[in-house]
Amino acid sequence: MVFLNEMLIMILFAISFNLLFGYTGLLSFGHAAFFSIGSYVAGLVLLHIYPSIPLAFAIGVVAATLAAWIIGYLCVRLDEIYFAMLTLAFGMMVHTIVWKWDRLTGGADGLVNIPRPPLNFLLFQVDLSSIASYYYFTLILVAISLYVLWVIVNSHFGLTLRAVRENSERIQFVGINVRRYRLISFVISGFFCGLAGALFGPFLKSITPSIAFWTKSAEPVFMSLLGGTKIFLAPAVGSVIFMYLKEIISGYTELWMLYLGAILIGFVLFLPGGIVGFLYEKLKGRRLGGLAE
Amino acid sequence: MNVLEIRGLWKNFGKLAAVAGVDLDFQEGEFTSIIGPNGAGKTTLFNLVTGKLSPSSGTIMFNGKDITGLTPYQISRLKLSRIFQITNLFPELTVYENIKVSVLAKRKETSKIFTSSKNRGQADEEAERILEIIGLSDKKDSLCGSLSHGDQRLVEVGVALATDPVLLLLDEPTGGMGPEETDRMVQFVRTLQEKQKVTILLVEHDMGVVFSVSERIVVMHQGAVIADGNPDEIRKNDKVREAYLGE
Repeated sequence: MVFLNEMLIMILFAISFNLLFGYTGLLSFGHAAFFSIGSYVAGLVLLHIYPSIPLAFAIGVVAATLAAWIIGYLCVRLDEIYFAMLTLAFGMMVHTIVWKWDRLTGGADGLVNIPRPPLNFLLFQVDLSSIASYYYFTLILVAISLYVLWVIVNSHFGLTLRAVRENSERIQFVGINVRRYRLISFVISGFFCGLAGALFGPFLKSITPSIAFWTKSAEPVFMSLLGGTKIFLAPAVGSVIFMYLKEIISGYTELWMLYLGAILIGFVLFLPGGIVGFLYEKLKGRRLGGLAE
Repeated sequence: MNVLEIRGLWKNFGKLAAVAGVDLDFQEGEFTSIIGPNGAGKTTLFNLVTGKLSPSSGTIMFNGKDITGLTPYQISRLKLSRIFQITNLFPELTVYENIKVSVLAKRKETSKIFTSSKNRGQADEEAERILEIIGLSDKKDSLCGSLSHGDQRLVEVGVALATDPVLLLLDEPTGGMGPEETDRMVQFVRTLQEKQKVTILLVEHDMGVVFSVSERIVVMHQGAVIADGNPDEIRKNDKVREAYLGE
């Protein structure tokens, strides 16, 4: 269940990342920034301000969203490799701050003993101290988030994002301010990454600066490419495969990144639509073929 | 009333003046073709009017508003649309979605996440109507990138049309088309102008098309306007024969 809980968090991280990547066409290499800001801010609130999950999560998510607004505002001026490099640079800045600001963030040790207080409703309390109860709590929040994201990608706004992805020049000639749409997508993406991060602290009960490192930013990229970027739930499948591969390979060798990297290269070269994308095409092709007969 | 007024327009690329001091007025509902040899500055003129390029000097007024130096999206919102010389669409969206996004842009509904079913219905209806006009209703669920060249040109026009333009700039709509497709496009553009009263500027290489559909023809050469008149006047113009038609 610990494993599944982490998986749920990573699924939310990957799918919110993919709103920007698969649907808007912008590859961010700095999304660990929003994950870690959500995580650290929520953790700090729980530790030092008031032990309330809703309060901590709200403040954590607001902080991540604000950061996404500021970083996004500066990054959406560019696209393609320049955008990717800018987000990478901002991600590394956030990592450095988390790493070096000892007195606030605990430096290399991170935050420890993050509490997991019960949820207080007016008439009753929900205890989150057990692994199972926190798992269900995570499941509910992730499910709600995915539903909201699903509504977003299937809305008029979602269609416009895909048009921006397909042709960011042409869309301007029907009257769309591309920067604005990219920024809104960036901010929504940051919001849900912040929530994924907020869930992470009380789950592990401690967090370290590694969640802000650029390799953390690479994980959702990995997961999205594995699963497929153009189908809503495909990055979730990618996350599941990624987590299992990591679990299995890291049981044998410390060099799991090396093997995982090799697998990813294989996928990008031979299954550019990801696993789900590939299966979808196969099934669709077969079905159409069947109709033709 | 003049829909478009161009005054003293210049565009320099280094030492080359791609558009060299152009003054032109276009009246509401008028159908004008702009012709000239390759490199005469026709597409550059379109790029200046639609904000893709900003002029080195001069002004452009659209419906009485100075649009010089505005961005493409600001200009498009004023109901000035164009299609591109090289097909420029959303290849991995369906034909229907290509049109729909343009309809939504016109209705200012592109940022909506929640839409009432009534609004959704209206937008769908408009998209369907455009599909019918361009004659691609039966292909609406195909990915745009998988269509034939001629059909893609029609989608281009559909996307431009869905924004409900006052002024439509068509950059070689029949480029690369066979005779049958060309006829269909010509027929289509004619109906458009007659029924919807759209002001049209057409850049076209096919002189048969130009002389059959235009009320007025503007001839450009080396960035400047060398003749301007109705098709008969242009046919008889010595300068035009020399520079272009008689080459």
